[in-house]
Amino acid sequence: MSDFNFDIIWGYFPLFMRGTLYTIGISVSGIVLGSLLGLIIAMCNMSRLWFLKYPVQGYIHFFRGTPLMLQILIVHFGVVYSILGTTNAIVAAITALALNAAAYTAEIFRAGIQSIDKGQSEAAYSLGMKKWQVMRYVVLPQATKRMIPAFGNEFIVLIKDSSLVAVIAAPELMYWAKAANAQYTRVWEPYLTAACIYLALTYSLHKLLQYIERKM
Amino acid sequence: MEPIIQVKSLTKSYGSNTVLADIELEIDRREVVVVIGPSGSGKSTFLRCLNLLEKPNGGEVLIEGRSLTGKGTNIEEIRAEVGMVFQNFNLFPHMKVIDNIALAPVKVRKWSTEQARKKAMELLYKVGLTEKAEAYPGSLSGGQAQRVAIARALAMEPKIMLFDEPTSALDPEMIGEVLAVMKDLAREGMTMVVVTHEMGFAREVGDRIVFMEQGRVLEIAKPDELFDHPKHERTKEFLSKIL
Repeated sequence: MSDFNFDIIWGYFPLFMRGTLYTIGISVSGIVLGSLLGLIIAMCNMSRLWFLKYPVQGYIHFFRGTPLMLQILIVHFGVVYSILGTTNAIVAAITALALNAAAYTAEIFRAGIQSIDKGQSEAAYSLGMKKWQVMRYVVLPQATKRMIPAFGNEFIVLIKDSSLVAVIAAPELMYWAKAANAQYTRVWEPYLTAACIYLALTYSLHKLLQYIERKM
Repeated sequence: MEPIIQVKSLTKSYGSNTVLADIELEIDRREVVVVIGPSGSGKSTFLRCLNLLEKPNGGEVLIEGRSLTGKGTNIEEIRAEVGMVFQNFNLFPHMKVIDNIALAPVKVRKWSTEQARKKAMELLYKVGLTEKAEAYPGSLSGGQAQRVAIARALAMEPKIMLFDEPTSALDPEMIGEVLAVMKDLAREGMTMVVVTHEMGFAREVGDRIVFMEQGRVLEIAKPDELFDHPKHERTKEFLSKIL
């Protein structure tokens, strides 16, 4: 490590920056789409209708019970290829991360919603509100606040896990770190740089969530 | 005239545990019916069946002739006409007092926000809490919270009000202010069904008293009759313990 060569970092700097933007883009898309899907899954899971409930429970078990790496490969070479007729690493990366995050956020939503006192929804029902209105105006606003810490964790995990999409050559941060490693056969320069950038991303997110939690 | 509430052989059970057995009751417009009885007698469950917060296992409840569990019934439409006040207030803690009151008129009745807020202020005036309009429920005393909860239910301009032990969670010195609001309502001709342990209120305001025990209605009578000359042994026993 004594011969740490900053020239390698400078040479790859533009690519690291581009990779970082891709990492951010893929992660944000993954968490947003994953949360929307997760909310739908949570609603189905809490439904009394078996044909909604059991399929999504299978979904949650599958995505929590198999390696994310495997899911990325299946989505990339299987799902996206058979739908688009060609492979697209970015689409596959976002899809796989969103599908995976949905399984976890569904459980966060379920726990958050079920933590709200039943009297709250009963009061709303007694005023004549429909089920979706009770959720939208009474339960979810209160549940969201309780869900923020769990969501923060999930988002941080997702940023780190997004590095796995380097295996399908999605041009994000990890991909360029590996490229630099291969080109120069150097370990410390590219990987320490990537580590610092990942740390900066997750730490800023951690601070942002702290701020939001205090504001609410 | 047709009774506004008709309860026909209403039955409710959880597994093998029967909570309500074959309840029959008719309530007229402008009538105040007070339901009393020992805890666990099914009073609250009975009240919650009147707006379908509890689903009966047998029999039916009709509000203005419409069955709650009937095939074509839109339950939200009926609930909009039946206000309910809970033991624990159940105000929405993430909304200001005025928004608690205005929410349902806007979302359910489709009133404009200004119209709903105006109505909310009128009701806050009625329950004596105009100065709390912009406060959050967490900063209210129990008595204030319950008066806001009554205003919230009234904002829908319901035809019937259900009260589920509205003073049971209150400190003694706050019970009076809530009962006063309820008395006003009764005087204005609101149809009310009240589950309570406040026997003074029952006697003064009630048109009829229903005494329940173990899921059955044992006695229905005018207050003076029931309190002074109870017919049923169990009613006598209950009254002797609490009066």
